[in-house]
Amino acid sequence: MTSYAMTRVASGIRMLLAAFALAAFAFFLIGPLLNLVLWSVAERWYTPYKLPVTFGTRYWEQVFRPTGDAMASLATSVWIAVLTVIVALALSIPAGYALARLKLPVRSLFMILFLLPQAFPSVAIYINVARVFYQIGINGTVFAVVLVHAAHGLVYSVWIAAAAFAAVDKDLELAARNIGASPLKTFTSVTLPLAAPGIVASGIFVFLESLDEFTGTFFVGVPQVTTLPLLLYNAAQGGNYQVASITALILLVPSVLFMLFIERFLRADVLAKVGS
Amino acid sequence: MSLSQRQLALLLIAPGFALVAALFLYPLCFSLVSAFTGPEGGFSLQAFAKAWELYSGDVVFTVVIVVASCLLTALLAIVIAGTLTLGENRYIVGTLRALYRWPLFIPFIVAAQCMRTFLAKNGLMNNSFVAMGLMEPLQAVSFLDWRGIIATFVWKQMPFVALLLAGALAALDRATLEAGRNLGASRLRVLVELALPQVMPQLLVALVLSFVTMLSVLSVPMMVAGSQPTMLTVDMAFRINAYGDYATANALGVITYLISAGAAIIYLKRGMAKEGTP
Repeated sequence: MTSYAMTRVASGIRMLLAAFALAAFAFFLIGPLLNLVLWSVAERWYTPYKLPVTFGTRYWEQVFRPTGDAMASLATSVWIAVLTVIVALALSIPAGYALARLKLPVRSLFMILFLLPQAFPSVAIYINVARVFYQIGINGTVFAVVLVHAAHGLVYSVWIAAAAFAAVDKDLELAARNIGASPLKTFTSVTLPLAAPGIVASGIFVFLESLDEFTGTFFVGVPQVTTLPLLLYNAAQGGNYQVASITALILLVPSVLFMLFIERFLRADVLAKVGS
Repeated sequence: MSLSQRQLALLLIAPGFALVAALFLYPLCFSLVSAFTGPEGGFSLQAFAKAWELYSGDVVFTVVIVVASCLLTALLAIVIAGTLTLGENRYIVGTLRALYRWPLFIPFIVAAQCMRTFLAKNGLMNNSFVAMGLMEPLQAVSFLDWRGIIATFVWKQMPFVALLLAGALAALDRATLEAGRNLGASRLRVLVELALPQVMPQLLVALVLSFVTMLSVLSVPMMVAGSQPTMLTVDMAFRINAYGDYATANALGVITYLISAGAAIIYLKRGMAKEGTP
């Protein structure tokens, strides 16, 4: 064999190995999701059968029945997530502006403070929050869950809002001030609209975090508040794999959409300013 | 009345600060005080003695799982990010780019439910191996124990670490890497000796964040691996829900703070050693 042919064979083998590794990777990445889909349409599935014995949409109908648990949980989850976004943005727009534009004493300490809840293992925090909430009688209420979700989401909303405000061109604000706009008018008609895409992105992030949150709700919301993740947990622990899988698929939709479109929401110039 | 800029800034940040103080700083202090207080009040290490007596095995189990998951995540993320940056076959790079991010925003509880079915004795993984003739049906074993927890953590955190790493690699000076290639270094060598040392800080940040996240997750150990041994998060929830035993639960909590502090110190030490070298 010529050396040219040997190189061709060698590169062919490498190609084959790479393709095989990629296929194995795809199997472990997609396999678990595929199993979830299979369980959601399996009416009967037991060993030794490798695939469901009967397929059907019976459990989908059960889950999507207007009076079913899942619809109520979905409504609770979305309601909590909307309230969480409102609370988080109401707190983080002023805080983000102060961090980005004003002379704030101990600025970096404040930045770290908002990061801290993410930097500590959270279970030990939540059990004590639940204890305090229990003492003041708000455990098991939507209000309590919203507070916990908002505190958790604040790091994203504050940091991204600060980055979004920092990315706004200062000259535009100065121009508005020069033609006689008040500081408040400048903020509402120049700074805020220009920072809006980043703030919307942080709102979406907070919404998703709230929708997916399990641990905090588990300690603070139980047993009165049943969000979708708690419904999933209860169904899974109760052995109802179909309802658990369908609930999981409902939770997957916003997550995957966000994954596909995150780059449209978060522009590079804002991302570059995060944490600075 | 007019406010100075500093006063205005403090006023604007106050509500957000209040929420974090009430729902993070206060409970954090509370957990520390509770862990170090004895049954009759006063300073005591009794809660730690009890926690260690009952759960020392789970402390080791938790550390081993989290460290192993981080190492595997790092390895996989390096391979993925390296292929994305230095890969020459555009079909492979394109497929990988389209694939690897899927678990990025999937909630842990959904990942746990996926893995619970996928890794079971009769799950899709074993069934596929049997169907492909790689394994006899009788050889099938359940992976729903420490292996399942590690698999779920790696599956979930790998895209996050790979995304940050790929971003950092893409920002590197291409000329250095090309020069290495031109001098005859293999792609693996360029990745390990030229590219990786330059993006170590980003990789370590991503890994420390993943480390703390894994220490905080309750759903995965609860759903993927049922009984003993289990992770400290599950033990804490059990102490509270079954006995209302806050002292021991908070002592376990302080142990998890110490474990995550260990990771943070390793990270900071490395950062300082870097700055110290001329």
